[in-house]
Amino acid sequence: MRSAAAEKTSRMETPAALAMVGLALLVRVCVSMGPYSGMGNPPKYGDYEAQRHWMELSAHLPPRDWYRNGTNNDLSYWGLDYPPLSAYQSLAHARLFLLPFSPDSLALRSSRGYESPFSYCTHSLSLPSLYLLLSSDLLIFFPAALSFVYMYQAAIGRRQRSGDGKADDSVVTWHLAMILFNPALILIDHGHFQYNCISLGFTLGAIAAILSKKDLLASLLFSLALNHKQMSAYFAPAFFAHLLGKSLKRQSPVFEVFKLGLVVLLTFTIVWSPYLYSMKAVMEVLSRLAPFERGIYEDYVANFWCTSSILVKWKILFSLHSLKLLSSGATILITLPSMVQQIKDPSDLGFLYALFNSSFSFYLFSFQVHEKSILLPLLPATLLALREPQLLGLIMHFALLSMYPLLCRDRLIFQYAALLALFVLIFFRINGSHIKKKESSPAILKFLMTMAMCCSFTLHYIYMILQPPEKYPFLFEALIMALCFSQFAMLTVYTNMKQWMLLGISSEILMEKKNI
Amino acid sequence: MEAELWWFIGTVTCLKVLLHPSYRSTDYDVHRHWLALTSSLPPSKWYTDESSPHTLDYPPLFAAFEYLLSLPASLVVPSAVDLRHPEPSSTVDPVVLFQRSTVALSDLLLFLGVYLSTRKMAEIGRRRVVYLLIVWSPALLMVDHVHFQYNGFLLGILLVSLACLEKGRDLMGGGGLKRGLLRFVAMGVVVGVVFAASFGPFVYYGQMQQVLRRLFPFGRGLCHAYWAPNFWVVAFLLAKLGFSVTASAASFTGGLVGESSTFAVLPQVTPIVTFLLVMVAISPCLWKAWRNPQPKHIIRWVAYAYTCGFLFGWHVHEKASLHFVIPLGLVAINSLEDARHYFVLSIVRLNRE
Repeated sequence: MRSAAAEKTSRMETPAALAMVGLALLVRVCVSMGPYSGMGNPPKYGDYEAQRHWMELSAHLPPRDWYRNGTNNDLSYWGLDYPPLSAYQSLAHARLFLLPFSPDSLALRSSRGYESPFSYCTHSLSLPSLYLLLSSDLLIFFPAALSFVYMYQAAIGRRQRSGDGKADDSVVTWHLAMILFNPALILIDHGHFQYNCISLGFTLGAIAAILSKKDLLASLLFSLALNHKQMSAYFAPAFFAHLLGKSLKRQSPVFEVFKLGLVVLLTFTIVWSPYLYSMKAVMEVLSRLAPFERGIYEDYVANFWCTSSILVKWKILFSLHSLKLLSSGATILITLPSMVQQIKDPSDLGFLYALFNSSFSFYLFSFQVHEKSILLPLLPATLLALREPQLLGLIMHFALLSMYPLLCRDRLIFQYAALLALFVLIFFRINGSHIKKKESSPAILKFLMTMAMCCSFTLHYIYMILQPPEKYPFLFEALIMALCFSQFAMLTVYTNMKQWMLLGISSEILMEKKNI
Repeated sequence: MEAELWWFIGTVTCLKVLLHPSYRSTDYDVHRHWLALTSSLPPSKWYTDESSPHTLDYPPLFAAFEYLLSLPASLVVPSAVDLRHPEPSSTVDPVVLFQRSTVALSDLLLFLGVYLSTRKMAEIGRRRVVYLLIVWSPALLMVDHVHFQYNGFLLGILLVSLACLEKGRDLMGGGGLKRGLLRFVAMGVVVGVVFAASFGPFVYYGQMQQVLRRLFPFGRGLCHAYWAPNFWVVAFLLAKLGFSVTASAASFTGGLVGESSTFAVLPQVTPIVTFLLVMVAISPCLWKAWRNPQPKHIIRWVAYAYTCGFLFGWHVHEKASLHFVIPLGLVAINSLEDARHYFVLSIVRLNRE
């Protein structure tokens, strides 16, 4: 009876979900018409040129030369620094979309800084480059988001629903919208120009697979994510702890772990096959992936190291090696509680919290973090939208603020404002009426939140209008980072507490069941 | 206005902001020139200036609207009202931003029209559909916010007046012949005053001939450069298929001024013929409206009249179909049949873009 009703509602949801997907695509097309990083800015341009350069390299050189300095591959000019799957993606894009239409744009060496037909900012929308980004979204991120939303309803949503057990279409659609209309992701992928949608899409697919109890598929998809962008490792502790915890609860834990490990190993072997002929080749690639020489943080990141460097000059006080140890130690220490919770009591909801906690602790404490890495903790925050709407609102706001200087440099201010406004409009559209209001938070907390919001708006305004004093040219960036870090630190304490409180709830339910 | 409408307005405005770097047609340059023209020259020169190919060919009230826009422009973006049209110094052209924002802001009148027309609808669901069809109209988004025109603003005026006519039932009801006559005279006076305000100055300057020549460029040929899917295209195709056509096809579709002979086999079509055909096509509707004037049908009738003009008119732009598609959005919610008409018409017009 109940499943029939659920089936009916899921059929009803389809048009609304499709409309969401269409609108999300439209918004992405619109943003990609605007400027991108390094537009018209020789000699090094920006991430856009980097992606083009990788297509050029992968199209003309054999795989074993991709990561090696050579006559045709100058590693100091946007050398490839993502794992092989990223390079395969560049190769596929080059072969499918660009070589047949405009081979000039990928000519070896001579095409550096090529902007014209490849770019679509010249008011003549060039179709190949549009397909490029949209295909990654349509083929990977969107299907992953759709399957996650439905799996979430099946695994977690139904348990949450009150007595009548009726899934509200609009709640599902809203949840989907929160994932698809993530302004930070759209701005970085389609404005700044990167392919986070692919690695995040694989991760999201893996999460959906875990919710639907397909652990082997999950480890395959997550291995692909790791092989597309090494930053996906921010989620690794959560995956590891959850899958380990689940295996330990089974009949033969060793066999379960072995199966999962085999899948991971096989995926890695296939992806890395061109480099497995010698240890040296593997090390060559690995050294490209972990650029320790670039320092503990880059530009201005709202993490612990960058913010505290206002007071403690880490880069001067400590050697590179001790900084490496220090940062890894801090990261592990902060990740540990949520890992322990998942090993002790693996649950779907706890897993989502663990994803958030582990990726956030990596963002806050690990080595060589970019401001764009905030996209990683943002993904689980959007997945938890139905449970923690306030959390999502806060972190989205401050994540955008932390990337504001970057997006200002890319001249994406209008896109920033429009996407933020659109997100806020969709966020409050259903949130108000459908999600139960949490018990009102204490007055002091409310006051702090309001203060933080006011500071944020002032900083937005100041950064755009005022010139910083000559003595401190990065004063405003530092202020923005300090504000964002204070919020992020509070949030991570809160979510860790929430994850541990879940343990109490689930054991209570178990107790009740036993009593019955 | 109610929150629901504001929500639709807010989301669509976000989309309009995102659309600002998109493709712009020559209509953008045309409107930019008009902005500078009305700002730099006195009204007596508006319709005589020929320093640019983008001569003013809209009625005087539109020119006055451009003049109003040029007032803030001269303060905020002085280069927008410079007749020499200087090239932008940065990659983000402030003139584009200004012009795009005026289109988005002038759409407020469209939203007012939507609000007035839907105020009486009881069900929120119906209102929501109208908001979606008109506020989120893809046709308007493409023509106004990509191609660049001010249709939303003009259609807003149309919707406001339609809403007033629909409401007119309360006032009109039961009046005797004498009161009716009085109203008729009053309406005539209002129309006269508006026309006088619009064209009066140009009568004073003695430029009426010139203004009319600009407004009705019969020399541009029967069809516009981009064909509107109307009767004349079908006629032309028939002639092309069945008979030999001596006049070259290129002159047939000329967008710029220049006399062009068209059909070699079909009888010569003159502006008068098209006018008569439009009148014949409208007459059943006019007859019905005359016999039994019902305010509730006014939107349908107006849309029908526009359609006739579109199908048989002289030198019709394909964008003119907005004028019946948008008002029909208000009617589409009445029945399934209306919805079907709306759907077919909007699809047919959309694939012209």
